[in-house]
Amino acid sequence: MSIFAAAAAETFQPSDWLFENVWIVPAIMAASFLYILFFGKTFPGKDRVHYVGLAAITVALGFSLATAFMWVTQYEDNQSHGSEASSAFVGEGIVSTVEADEKEESSGASGQGCLAEDNRVGSLQAAGEDEYALGTGLLTDSGELAVEAGEDGKGEGHIKAKSVVRCLEWFSTGSFGGDTAQGSDNLTFNIGTIADGQSIMMLVVVTFISFLVHLYSTEYVKGDRRYVHYYAFLSLFTASMLFMVLSSSTLQLIVGWELVGVCSFGLIGHWWEEKPNSDAALKAFLTNRVGDIGLLVGMIVLFFGAGQTFDIETINYLAVHDGLSQTTMTVAALCLMTAVMSKSGQFILHTWLPDAMAGPTPVSALIHAATMVVAGVYMIGRLYPVFWFGLTIPGSSLNALAFVGALTVVGGGALAFVQNDVKKVLAYSTVSQLGYMVLALGVGAWTAGMFHLFTHAFFKACLFLGAGALSHACHHSFDMKAEMGGLRKRMPVTFATFMVGTLALVGVFPFAGFWSKDEILVGTGGFPSTNANGNYTLLLIMGLIGAAMTAGYMTRVIWLVFFGEYRGHVDPHDPPAVMKYPLIALAGLSVITGFLNFPSDWFGGLGTRYGLKFEQWVEPGGGSTFPVIGHGDSNLALAVIASLVGIGSAAFVWNYYQKLYAKDPNATEVTDGLRSRNKAAAGGYALLENKYYLDHLYEGAIADGTKGPLARAAYWFNQNVLDEIVNTAGRTSTVLGRFIYRFIDQGAIDGSVNLSGRGASESGGLLRKVQSGRIRQYASLMFGAATVLAAVFIVAI
Amino acid sequence: MYLTQYLLLAAVLFCIGVYGVLTRRNGVLVLMSIELILNAVNINMVAFGTYNADVGGQVFALFIIAVAAAEVGVGLAIVLLIYRNRRSIDVSDASLMRG
Repeated sequence: MSIFAAAAAETFQPSDWLFENVWIVPAIMAASFLYILFFGKTFPGKDRVHYVGLAAITVALGFSLATAFMWVTQYEDNQSHGSEASSAFVGEGIVSTVEADEKEESSGASGQGCLAEDNRVGSLQAAGEDEYALGTGLLTDSGELAVEAGEDGKGEGHIKAKSVVRCLEWFSTGSFGGDTAQGSDNLTFNIGTIADGQSIMMLVVVTFISFLVHLYSTEYVKGDRRYVHYYAFLSLFTASMLFMVLSSSTLQLIVGWELVGVCSFGLIGHWWEEKPNSDAALKAFLTNRVGDIGLLVGMIVLFFGAGQTFDIETINYLAVHDGLSQTTMTVAALCLMTAVMSKSGQFILHTWLPDAMAGPTPVSALIHAATMVVAGVYMIGRLYPVFWFGLTIPGSSLNALAFVGALTVVGGGALAFVQNDVKKVLAYSTVSQLGYMVLALGVGAWTAGMFHLFTHAFFKACLFLGAGALSHACHHSFDMKAEMGGLRKRMPVTFATFMVGTLALVGVFPFAGFWSKDEILVGTGGFPSTNANGNYTLLLIMGLIGAAMTAGYMTRVIWLVFFGEYRGHVDPHDPPAVMKYPLIALAGLSVITGFLNFPSDWFGGLGTRYGLKFEQWVEPGGGSTFPVIGHGDSNLALAVIASLVGIGSAAFVWNYYQKLYAKDPNATEVTDGLRSRNKAAAGGYALLENKYYLDHLYEGAIADGTKGPLARAAYWFNQNVLDEIVNTAGRTSTVLGRFIYRFIDQGAIDGSVNLSGRGASESGGLLRKVQSGRIRQYASLMFGAATVLAAVFIVAI
Repeated sequence: MYLTQYLLLAAVLFCIGVYGVLTRRNGVLVLMSIELILNAVNINMVAFGTYNADVGGQVFALFIIAVAAAEVGVGLAIVLLIYRNRRSIDVSDASLMRG
């Protein structure tokens, strides 16, 4: 294989090696899963099975951090040799084209590549469509790192590193007719990895949170009856999540998507002996199935739209370069949006996420806050051109994605106010924050969305693990009103970390959420002079309302859990070290991760040098496989307004509870408040308490409405069609059996048997006359026969 | 020397033999008649062998004599056994094999 020979001839590059071999990370976790699954039960000391998982995730984390470090280093190196690289870039482009020609000659080698890049580039060059066609001659030359002068909207000329794609042929089949991007009758389906800013960012997030959750769980689920099962699922989840984020084809993405869904199902129903838990698991699974239909349909539309290929880079390339029609992209994006709505808990399909809190708390932190639920957001980011161009309706200022996101921000946030379960508040908060991410992606603030994903993973995991610590201390209850209160002094470490997480979530300067949320608000472009892509004032207002709500319900949680009087009946303490240190680590990250992407016009020279690093590292260069999008300018006034809105809301809630405390130290709600006096308020509360009646709609109207007629139809079908078929078959076979008995069995078969018997008997009767026993008769017969034979001889010869 | 004379002699001997086999009831005489038939064949063998200047005829004749001796031995043993069982050597009586 010429490619490998060339690679071997080059000097060994650790960064290239890491980027090409990121598959090792999920592979380690998959191996860990298999080991725990098969040998976990017989592991020396079943309670120590977590060593396997911990060892695997530690190695995976190390690998991910090394990869991320290499990625960042490579970017920074390119910047410092900026002009050099720019001039070398032209040369590189030519080299790439030459290699493309070579590859065309050796058709065997081109089969190895992930894309049919030769054909695609060839056609584009012929059409002379775009000057980028030369520069991106080989998007993915099997790991060759082409450097491209990225245009990031502001025209600052950052040199973005190309994504490194490595693929293996999975299977190949005949095409479905028509023109294919691969240009032949055979379709090759590849399985492979993409290493770029986005996937490496997810790699770090997933392995890091997973590592902390593995550690935390050693104490949290200690002595559980399904300890081995739990760790096996944690490993499988980590493996499949990594598999999904690294996938280079949409087919692979679907596989990973479903695998994380299965793990989510298995872990929500971890304690399935209790009916609500198994119900919650089923609900999560079934709600996700609804979205998965959209996912499948959307991916199939893209498959045919992009000339029968599942390759993500090809699809993106075609979407950017008018290779996909507007209709195709719109249809695909809308279908995929259903999948995003179910997996990432967007409004109206979010109902499973709060119920998913039935699972163990570390699982909620890992799966239902930090990683799996952002799969939808990740997919939007991955197929961004499709969503970006597909959902942009010309002449309209309404972006469907952004609208769904904004609705989720407000709708989810409002529900968080009426929950008494601390985990459910956090779950609705997650719904709301996921809304922010989708909103950001919808309005074109890609980096803001991804950055919010990144920071949210840390502070929300911190909050969930904190809630786990609370439950661990308070008799396995999450009820803020009945079992908690006044825990500030009893659990100081938990309080401090929870507080940091809350501040980050609310978006208080300088915690992580402040930076990411501010960027999203800037990205809506609703505020004057932010120069973002669009001009969505409504979305900005909804975002601000969401920020106010976040501050409000989190203040409520803080007050109910940590202030007032203790209402439980056990003696809560801070958790042991293995649970404490993950909390502290996450709290620390909740403070500092925000600085990865602070605006470049803040803090003077510091901002120019170190600002917007996350954007530079993670966001792909626009032009080839990513749309050219604008970036809003940060605005101090907007940041101040957002902070004031949050602080005002928090102060209002705080005041409410302080007054209540002054009246009755044990009260958790006002008994004669607005609700008892105002009908509209009572109605609104009932609406929220019943979660907008969505569950009633799904279960009562849709499920019950379907299952009654469906059951009747099935019964009718059973009675009239299936039974009829069976009966007819039975009757027919009876008649047939009688016929066969009478004519075939009795007549033909028995007759022939009898005939042969009689024949033998009668022929024997005839022949016995010859056997007289008289020797001379025999002799005379012999001589007579001999004479006849002799006569025949003589006459014949 | 004519071949015909020997062939005629052999034919006559053969016919006497056949006649003996078919008509005699005495087992020993049946065996003797079979000897006659065999010797008729022997005469044919030797006559044709000499006629064709081929020694194979005589070799075969010797071979037949040896086989005939064995055959008579077996035959006489059977006759002897029949006699012991039935006190008679009439072959017509030995009809137990009839079907």
